[in-house]
Amino acid sequence: MIRDITLGQYYPGDSWVHRLDARTKIIATLLYLIELFVVNNFYGFLITAVALFAVIAISKVPLKFIFRGLTAVFLIIAFTFVLNLFMVDGRVLWHWKFLTITYEGLLRAFFMAVRLVLIIIGSSIMTLTTKPVELTDGLEKLLSPFSKIGLPSHEIALMMTIALRFIPTLMEETDKIIKAQQARGADFESGNLFQRAKSLIPILVPLFVSSFRIAQDLALAMEARCYHGGPGRTRMNEIRFERADAVAAVLMVLFLGVIIASRFI
Amino acid sequence: MKFIEVKDLKIEFTKIDESGREVPGKVALDGISLDIEKGSFVAIVGMNGSGKSTLAKCFNGLLAPSSGRVIVDGFDTAEEAHIWDVRSRVGMVFQNPDNQIVSSIVEDDVAFGPENLGVEPKEIRRRVDEALKRVGMYELKDKGAHMLSGGQKQRIAIAGAIAMRPECIVFDEPTAMLDPKGRASVMSIIRDLNAESITCVLITHFMSEAEQADRVIVLKKGKVLCDRTPEELFSDREMIEKAGLEMPPAIEIRDKAGLPERLTTAEDIADYVANH
Repeated sequence: MIRDITLGQYYPGDSWVHRLDARTKIIATLLYLIELFVVNNFYGFLITAVALFAVIAISKVPLKFIFRGLTAVFLIIAFTFVLNLFMVDGRVLWHWKFLTITYEGLLRAFFMAVRLVLIIIGSSIMTLTTKPVELTDGLEKLLSPFSKIGLPSHEIALMMTIALRFIPTLMEETDKIIKAQQARGADFESGNLFQRAKSLIPILVPLFVSSFRIAQDLALAMEARCYHGGPGRTRMNEIRFERADAVAAVLMVLFLGVIIASRFI
Repeated sequence: MKFIEVKDLKIEFTKIDESGREVPGKVALDGISLDIEKGSFVAIVGMNGSGKSTLAKCFNGLLAPSSGRVIVDGFDTAEEAHIWDVRSRVGMVFQNPDNQIVSSIVEDDVAFGPENLGVEPKEIRRRVDEALKRVGMYELKDKGAHMLSGGQKQRIAIAGAIAMRPECIVFDEPTAMLDPKGRASVMSIIRDLNAESITCVLITHFMSEAEQADRVIVLKKGKVLCDRTPEELFSDREMIEKAGLEMPPAIEIRDKAGLPERLTTAEDIADYVANH
């Protein structure tokens, strides 16, 4: 399952959105997230949703893929919805023992749920249309001005690349260890919460050891392939700010204006 | 022409004793001297713990000699200043296909080596495409590395080494974790690379693979036990037993079936059987 979440998230394609510079997409996504918190009424969300679905249409990523990401966080959305529904004071619509639903609460619950859904869809568009390497390369470039004040931007980007790369490998490793321990009579399914947590120790310890072994192998392989840090390195796919990125930037600014204006509707 | 020269190489590991002092530990290689000719295909065999993987790591300076010297194309591997000259000339493919792939996407991983060498982006693209075509993985260049089989991952690792345009590739038991199909595909790539005049050093414990080399070096307890052609080695049953090795399956079958001893390779034996 976790396989789907990590790498399945990139949806190969050659759309206008796919070809944008990763930096443009990172900044656009950040700006979009901020805008979602600028919005203070449903009209604002309507505009945002229209813009978002326009981007999805251009990216040619099937909606099925996008909604798959939503199911993973469905519980969180439901939890926030229920919490907001019962916790806000105002005009009472329905009352039963200690539970009260108010008009304001209902409105607020919907408002927060829509905001969460838009946040998740918006950020998944970025990961769905950007290769992991481009994403980390973009991040490295964006952070590079800070390397003058000692931020190891190249190392952070490489760490992210390797972390993404090794999630499936470690998942397989965990699976192997669980099966090996079960074959030796380990029981992971019974007992109370505390006992179950304790039964994870025979999985975590070997996993920890084997991740050190993997790290050692990988370090050796990287050294054999002449890895010697960031300086002097080139990139196969140079990320370049092109006309499409300029267009996207202009659209971003215009959209920010529209969103701020929507506050006064 | 000599490409790698090993002179009286000794590798001694140190360990830390209870009081925290460094004390001499295991001697992994004990006075190895050998040359590897440019363009040759050399197999290195030996029992577990004979030092064959340790020797492999000396060929590109991943391990520095405790004493003695390893010279690669005129560069001493012990000199820090030339370590990248050595490693860009001698590529290496390791045993575990999973633990040597750095990037999630196939082509990005193959690009890792040339990127480290500071090659121009367009040239990297050319080399990556060429390397992927050579190992027959070009169609899968956009795939996630974790979706591939062990044999395919190992071919990606070989492409990663080829993309650096090395003159020599050291294969450290590249087929040990693969199924028979993966093993066959990796071996055929190694033979093709050698035919294109890339020097190949193959560390293996499969005698059927060692048999395909021009020359087999047998190690035992950190020393060179013998160094000869596969035909000579596999006609000397005494030596094979002394080294703790096994005969290649083809030779075993030949002897069990009572076929003439002049047949020394799997192909010869197959031809003989087909014609009689």
